[in-house]
Amino acid sequence: MENSSIIKTENLIKRFPVGKTDFTALNGINLTMGTGEFAGLVGPSGSGKTTLLNIIGSLDTPSEGTAYVLGKSISLLTHAQSAKLRNHHIGFIFQTYNLLPVYTVYENVEFALLLQKMTGADRKKAVMDALEWVGLTDKIYSKPSMLSGGECQRVAIARSMVKRPEIVLADEPTANLDSKNSHHILQTMKVLNRELKTTFIFATHDEKVMKYLDRIISLDDGKVVKDEILTAEKY
Amino acid sequence: MIKFILKGILRDRSRSLLPVIVVAAGVFLTVFLSSYLSGVFSDMIDLSARFTTGHVKIMTRAYAENQEQMPNDLALFNVSALKSELISEYPDMEWVERIHFGGLLDVPDENGETRGQGPAAGTAIDLLSSGSSEPERMNVRKSLVKGSLPANRGEALISDDFAEKFDVSVGNEITLFGSTMNGSMMFKTFVVSGTLRFGNAFLDRGAVFIDILDAQEALDMNDASGEILGYFNDREYNDLKALSVKEKFNAKYSSITDEFSPEMLRLVDQNDMGQYLMMSENVGSIMIIIFVLAMSVVLWNTGLLGGLRRYSEYGIRLALGEEKKHIYGTTILEAVLIGIIGSLVGTALGLGGAWYLQTYGLNLGSVTQNMGMMIPTVLRAKISPALFYIGFFPGVIATVLGNALAGLAIYKRKTSRLFKELEV
Repeated sequence: MENSSIIKTENLIKRFPVGKTDFTALNGINLTMGTGEFAGLVGPSGSGKTTLLNIIGSLDTPSEGTAYVLGKSISLLTHAQSAKLRNHHIGFIFQTYNLLPVYTVYENVEFALLLQKMTGADRKKAVMDALEWVGLTDKIYSKPSMLSGGECQRVAIARSMVKRPEIVLADEPTANLDSKNSHHILQTMKVLNRELKTTFIFATHDEKVMKYLDRIISLDDGKVVKDEILTAEKY
Repeated sequence: MIKFILKGILRDRSRSLLPVIVVAAGVFLTVFLSSYLSGVFSDMIDLSARFTTGHVKIMTRAYAENQEQMPNDLALFNVSALKSELISEYPDMEWVERIHFGGLLDVPDENGETRGQGPAAGTAIDLLSSGSSEPERMNVRKSLVKGSLPANRGEALISDDFAEKFDVSVGNEITLFGSTMNGSMMFKTFVVSGTLRFGNAFLDRGAVFIDILDAQEALDMNDASGEILGYFNDREYNDLKALSVKEKFNAKYSSITDEFSPEMLRLVDQNDMGQYLMMSENVGSIMIIIFVLAMSVVLWNTGLLGGLRRYSEYGIRLALGEEKKHIYGTTILEAVLIGIIGSLVGTALGLGGAWYLQTYGLNLGSVTQNMGMMIPTVLRAKISPALFYIGFFPGVIATVLGNALAGLAIYKRKTSRLFKELEV
């Protein structure tokens, strides 16, 4: 694992207005993450996992403190700069796959590259590479409705990886999958993490996911209560 | 990206089919109703021009003021000379004389005694000259029920209703009683050459048609005529040309101090025809305004429903790094494509319907036969070049406007809630 820092938070605080008071979702988070980490944010519901994922993914901004992603302060980014950061450098994997139902597997994966105005030939190569990583080159013309849950999540992984992002954020990616598919998905992501040096950050409380993680950051009431680095291979 | 959007539109029927149907239906109605209303107004104007107003009409100033009373004592004199000058000065127009008169029709029995009488609403036109366009203009030939057009002096056409009421047959004699233009009593016997039914109570009530020369002779109107009507040779009323002709004529012939001096009126100066013409010309604009407003509201709602249905899609696209303005832009682009497709379909259907109605018409003869108003019995649409864009552009504009309003919701979307929203 390389140690160059690509994510850094300093005294990160996030509050949400609830009625006349504020709810503090993150309360002074200090974290540093390096390139190629395979880390998980774990903790009970309401502990701040998704909020932290939102800020790292430039979907939200801190109330106080700073969050740097790839050297950029999230608080200082305009909407357009946030969108560009997501489009070029951050991949997202959702619990419910969130594929575009009217488009084929190929087109779903291709979509992120269309926004980058890549040439047709480069786009095709990148899409086919991504589908090869997840083993779905034989399903390029299939619509999401024709795929199993595991296959849909593999398409979602290909979609997040096709642009070769530095960071992939995955929110409960195995929650809708059975054990066999969960392991398959996690193994795929682990291989990509190792080969492409992509940093994966999970928000999860799935024990199956935790077995694959190199680092487990436990959150509770918006604070980091435990930051455990696991070096041994567990799979 | 356009290819990508097109694929989405074509594959997602709820995104394309419903809006296209809505737009096409709106455009169809706009095109069809515009052509229909334009046709109806044009026909009414045309009918009025042919029967009563001409494209321009010349009367004496006094006759014009009292024309409902058919005051032939105030008729124009020296009409031959006046017509010659008109033909010379306005060669692209046709000039015809008309005399309207009232009276009594008497139907004698075989002994010459009165068998029946009824009021007559007489019209004298040029029925006998070779090449006269008056029978065709007044629709006399097509309105013949029995017999034929007069072929000789002393022949008349009478209303078929009158003929049936008094059992008058073709070849029978009838006597017309009235007064000459000098106020003397007039009676003249005519042979019935045919009977007429225009399908309009206004025209059929006691109608008698005789040749203009017979009328001049009977009414002591030698070289006189109640009216001279002018028609543009292309048969289309042109208000600017009519105004020019009117101003030129009145400047030369009309005198405010002489009530017997001839005065020319345009079609729009008579019988409220100005309002009809204005409505005819503005019907397209009225339809467009109604269409754009109504369709924008409908498509706004359609867009809102589509936006709700595509809530997840927009969320995914935001998460994948698409900017809100880009999503909004593609929504507008989709609206343009759907608007164009829907408007093309609607315009084609509207023109098809208009063509059918223009070619075959809608015969309302049985409905209008007892109406007092002079309206066409066959309703026809009128296809004009404007129909090719009158629905098309508003169709596209309404679609874009509706979707632009609905799409504003994209800007209210908070990216910070995307993970939660997309977990459902």
